[in-house]
Amino acid sequence: MVAILLIEDDPLVRRGLQLALSRHGHEVRTADTGEGGLREFHSATPDLVVLDLMLPGIDGFEVCRRIRAASEVPVIMLTARGDDFDVVGGLAAGADDYVIKPAQPTVLDARIRAVLRRSTSTPDGVRTHRDLHIDTTALTVSLHGKPVQLTPTELRLLLTLSRAPGRVFSRQQLLEEVWEHDYLGDSRLVDNCVQRLRAKIEANPATPEYVQTVRGFGYRFGPV
Amino acid sequence: MSRRLWPRGLRARLLVAFVLVTVLGAVAAAWSSAGSASTALVTSTQQRLTETIVGQIGAITPQLTYPPDQGALDLLRAAVGTDTLVTYQNLRSVDGADLGLVTDALRTAVHTQNQLVTQRITVNGRPWLLVGTPITITAPDGTRTPSGIEVYTVRDLTDVEQQIDGLAGSAVSTAALAVPLAVLLALLAAGSVLRPVRELRDTARRLAAGDLDARTPPQGADELAELTVTLNEMAESVQTSMVAMQRMQADARRFAADVSHELRTPLSTLTAVVEVLATTADGMEADARESAQMAIIETHRLVRLVEDLMEVSRLDAGTASLRVEEVDVVGVVRDGLRARGWLDLVELVAPEEILLRLDRRRLDVIVANLVGNALRHGEPPVRLDISASREQVWIEVTDSGPGLPEHVLPHVFDRFYKADSARTRTPGSGLGLAIALENARLHGGDLTAGNSSGGGARFVLRLPRDLEDV
Repeated sequence: MVAILLIEDDPLVRRGLQLALSRHGHEVRTADTGEGGLREFHSATPDLVVLDLMLPGIDGFEVCRRIRAASEVPVIMLTARGDDFDVVGGLAAGADDYVIKPAQPTVLDARIRAVLRRSTSTPDGVRTHRDLHIDTTALTVSLHGKPVQLTPTELRLLLTLSRAPGRVFSRQQLLEEVWEHDYLGDSRLVDNCVQRLRAKIEANPATPEYVQTVRGFGYRFGPV
Repeated sequence: MSRRLWPRGLRARLLVAFVLVTVLGAVAAAWSSAGSASTALVTSTQQRLTETIVGQIGAITPQLTYPPDQGALDLLRAAVGTDTLVTYQNLRSVDGADLGLVTDALRTAVHTQNQLVTQRITVNGRPWLLVGTPITITAPDGTRTPSGIEVYTVRDLTDVEQQIDGLAGSAVSTAALAVPLAVLLALLAAGSVLRPVRELRDTARRLAAGDLDARTPPQGADELAELTVTLNEMAESVQTSMVAMQRMQADARRFAADVSHELRTPLSTLTAVVEVLATTADGMEADARESAQMAIIETHRLVRLVEDLMEVSRLDAGTASLRVEEVDVVGVVRDGLRARGWLDLVELVAPEEILLRLDRRRLDVIVANLVGNALRHGEPPVRLDISASREQVWIEVTDSGPGLPEHVLPHVFDRFYKADSARTRTPGSGLGLAIALENARLHGGDLTAGNSSGGGARFVLRLPRDLEDV
């Protein structure tokens, strides 16, 4: 059973999604404001947060930033279609994925399960690349011997890329492998996650050593 | 014909008109002044010559014997000068060759009128003055009797003629001097007329180009100033109605966007709960199950309709953004067909790969709408051709149905247009083709509808290769 925190201000939408997600086997707690959501987050420590961006009081972007500051818990945001400002802002605030409203519970459930699967991996030992150690069994990463806190999505991205150093992955390939999206995945998810990952493991994110951009194609893991 | 003779430009017309008027005026003035001057000149010359002759005769008359003999006549002739004929009954004294010019008419006039007669004639292009006079004897008591002596003399007037020609010549040269001045004046006048006309033209052009703030400040109080004021008033009223229209249009669009947005919240709830309903429908009674299934289907239709409405609102408002990335067009099309379970229904004819910079989701929307339309309204087999040149990429969707009727063709991209009024309910929102067209335009391409030679409906999407980064 997965503990989900749903932060949504409209009472009927909130209750409807709670009913549907419970039906998919999740334990759903709810909050109707950003402040209430953050309180609930700290007291209940959910496995995953489903966050509406349009909230009264402190908005979804700020809630996401504060959650990210405190924890690596996955965040899925609910956005309006075509509202690029929402998507870009939400991803910059640290969200792992997004679902367009009106959200179909089956789609939302699939995204929830995909995000949570990122915390599990087929273990094949410890990979060491220069100063970076990736333990595929314990699912931990350390740089210069110090542990690095990665979200499940960042970790899954790093595991996927480092599985085959030097191989170029297209954004679509990464979307399908890491995010489990269909062919219409949003490549901004990849670019945003790469940025956050670089900020955590690269000495100089502007000239990355481990996660390298292959212009016009995608990304690869270095050093090769 | 007249168009070729009469210049088109206003400046040239003014110039020609000014020169014509100046030349005509100068010629008329020269002609009339030369005419009156020559009359005066001829008259005074005639008078002077006549007076001279009369004086000469008067001076010699007292010395004459009467009745005169040949010697007296010769003396008289010599006093008057050359080209003179003096007659007395049968006696004649002649000098000069030009006396053949003395006409019988003159002689008769001198005889009958018994006084001095002058006549001007032109012979072989040369003007002559003929003077004839009888000589009267004045007795000591003052009575005057005709002596029977007549004096005829001929004077050449060529000098006078030359003087008159000189007058006419100077009139022509004066007119010639006036022409450059007239041209200069014409240019100045044309400038003062044309400047406001040019300003008006520039303003009208800017208005036509959509700059509704364009105005020309009126100068002076002439007809051009009136025209300027009228044009400004026209621009004002056009601007007012344009602004009103734009506001109404914006209001209508905002309304559509607001309505869609407001609909989304209840639809979010419905979308969530109909799934709960769906998972429990199996245990329901038949009528309740059917009701639940209808609620589910209609909710999904409603969601699609609202999404399409919002997409149209964004396209109308110009807020739809392109997320351009390099994609394989063939791959996107094939993936889209596969995801919708259409791979077996559509014959895809395409090269291995076509790389193009575009918005992957919008391309998928276009292709899904075209293929969905062909599958719903046309007949199988549906064929999808992808081809490319150096500049363009074409995606053609052709079905094997009866094709689009002529009266439908102009409306296929209209919103909510239904070709068959009886078939009011179709799975589509009625906005699909309109959205597809807008998406094509957003990429700088276009979408056209027609019929294939085989009879089926054919839609052709054309996309440019060189899409600029957006």
